[in-house]
Amino acid sequence: MTESWRQPRRILMAALGGLTVFYLLAPTLVIVPMSFTEAEILSFPPQGFSLQWYEHMLTDTQWSTSIVNSLIVAVLTAAVATVLGTLAALGLSRGRFPGRSLVNGLVLSPLIVPVVVIAIGMFGLFVQWKISGSVLGLVLAHTALALPFVVVNVGTSLQTMDRNLELAAANLGANPRRSFMHITLPIILPGVVAGAIFAFITSWDEVVTAIFLTTARFRTLPVEMWEQVRQVVDPTVAAVSTTLLVVTTGLLLLLVFVRRQAPA
Amino acid sequence: MTAEAMTPTRPAAGERPALVLRALTKHFGSAVAVDGIDLDVRPGEFLTLLGPSGSGKTTTLRMVAGFMAPTSGSIEIDGSDMTRVPPHRRDVGMVFQNYALFPHMTAAENVAFPLRMRRRPGAEIKKRVGEALDLVKLGSFGDRYPRQLSGGQQQRIALARAVVFEPRLLLMDEPLGALDRKLRESLQLEIIRVSRELGATVLYVTHDQEEALVMSDRIAIFSMGRIEQLGSGADLYDRPASLFVADFIGESNILRGRYEVDGGAGGWMTRDETRWRVGAASAGRSDVASGAAAALVVRPERMRVLADGATPDGLNTADATVDEVLYLGPDIKYQLALPWGQRISIREPRELDARELERGERVRIGWKVEDGLLVADPASA
Repeated sequence: MTESWRQPRRILMAALGGLTVFYLLAPTLVIVPMSFTEAEILSFPPQGFSLQWYEHMLTDTQWSTSIVNSLIVAVLTAAVATVLGTLAALGLSRGRFPGRSLVNGLVLSPLIVPVVVIAIGMFGLFVQWKISGSVLGLVLAHTALALPFVVVNVGTSLQTMDRNLELAAANLGANPRRSFMHITLPIILPGVVAGAIFAFITSWDEVVTAIFLTTARFRTLPVEMWEQVRQVVDPTVAAVSTTLLVVTTGLLLLLVFVRRQAPA
Repeated sequence: MTAEAMTPTRPAAGERPALVLRALTKHFGSAVAVDGIDLDVRPGEFLTLLGPSGSGKTTTLRMVAGFMAPTSGSIEIDGSDMTRVPPHRRDVGMVFQNYALFPHMTAAENVAFPLRMRRRPGAEIKKRVGEALDLVKLGSFGDRYPRQLSGGQQQRIALARAVVFEPRLLLMDEPLGALDRKLRESLQLEIIRVSRELGATVLYVTHDQEEALVMSDRIAIFSMGRIEQLGSGADLYDRPASLFVADFIGESNILRGRYEVDGGAGGWMTRDETRWRVGAASAGRSDVASGAAAALVVRPERMRVLADGATPDGLNTADATVDEVLYLGPDIKYQLALPWGQRISIREPRELDARELERGERVRIGWKVEDGLLVADPASA
């Protein structure tokens, strides 16, 4: 009769689990309906149904330029971080050199060091270099933050890959560069794509370094949201939030798909 | 260039060995994996490196492939020094134990890979891939991915891929180790056929002595980083040069004792009250000194149980007690205990009308003098 005492316990566990999920999802569940409101101010529950705030987001130059800025920075960050991170992972997993674990620790350090510390450090330096408030400055900052995700994802792929495949490629006449292009890269591609997606997301919703490194003339979407919320509480911000959410969720679903495609 | 000048006096073409290893040595830290190997492989020869795990055979193969740099010594392939040449410029084919087929390429693409790396024209690649797939009897499997092929099929594709570019040397690292027994036997014959058809020089690594005996022209027995003995399968089986080889190749009864030379032609082995004659041929081959501890090696199928009371000439004999009777189908195997407790075995063909021995029975066993092989006994030296 063990089931009899298990039953109430199970209900309790399910309730706790449900509450946790609700707690995690609540902000999202609030913001999405709010973006479809007919009212002029940000309020819950929403009134009526309207797409006007989405229309406003796309037509208002401040919003639309910040969306474009964010896309440019995120795409460039993903590209730079993916190339650098893949090369770093390759060196860290295949290379034999002194201080390898130190380099590994340094590459992964942005995961641990408080972002605001990194942001202040970069701000000081980038102002001096005159790249603060530019696409270049922000891409460099975001690349540093995104690099660990690429290194970890690609590193895992490299570790699970059969090393004999690289030996076989060399044996069959492929020099190291061609061995990488024809054999290693196609096999670790799911890890590279996963790293790229993480890098994109890291930049796409990054706000801390972006606040320091953007200006009124060059703003990314999260910074624009932060600025707008402080001035006007207009439901456009809910529409923007929902858009951010949809993009990120879409990318994460893509990630799940990529992982499934990875050869067993 | 200087490579030509550095090559020492070349023997006439055709005589030149396909592979020459000189004092090849590999240290891992303080451990010596390969300890000064000298080996010449003739063109078209199938030579097997056989030994227990950790004996240095795979390390030797990997150095020949260029996956590992030797600590010292040299590797010469087809007359040119390859000791420091990177693997992709050695022009040797290799078959790995786990196949190492590229999972993202079809069988045909795998086979085409070495030709693409050599920038052969498309039409030639197509033709040669087709021929190589036909050679391993997988002509219609070109479009399959490795995961859609069985283990045996994958290994045949790997073989086709390793020979399609006509390498100067074919290396095989326990290629059948991951396959079940039946498949292993059919693939052994397949590999022999393919290598003969192509006239390929093969350096083959295995720890399976039966496989080595079936496939090889010559076998190098590895032990602790050295070549213990090099010879044909028959050489190694009939004339082992050491106790290690006798024990490693086939089954052996090892009778330890003290060796005394007897006037030049042969001698005697003494153990307790028993004395056995050592033939002149065997005594001549070994370098056991008179009065030294030695061992007499007798194969189980060379010993037999003697009829009651018989002491025929030209036979060494011993008293024994039957411990175990094992039926092996065509043969019968007796496990017997000698008076000093040592276990030996005798293998005889079964004869339908003969009386078979029973456990506990006391018998007299014997073998022809020339079937006892004298070797040094390092354990008691």
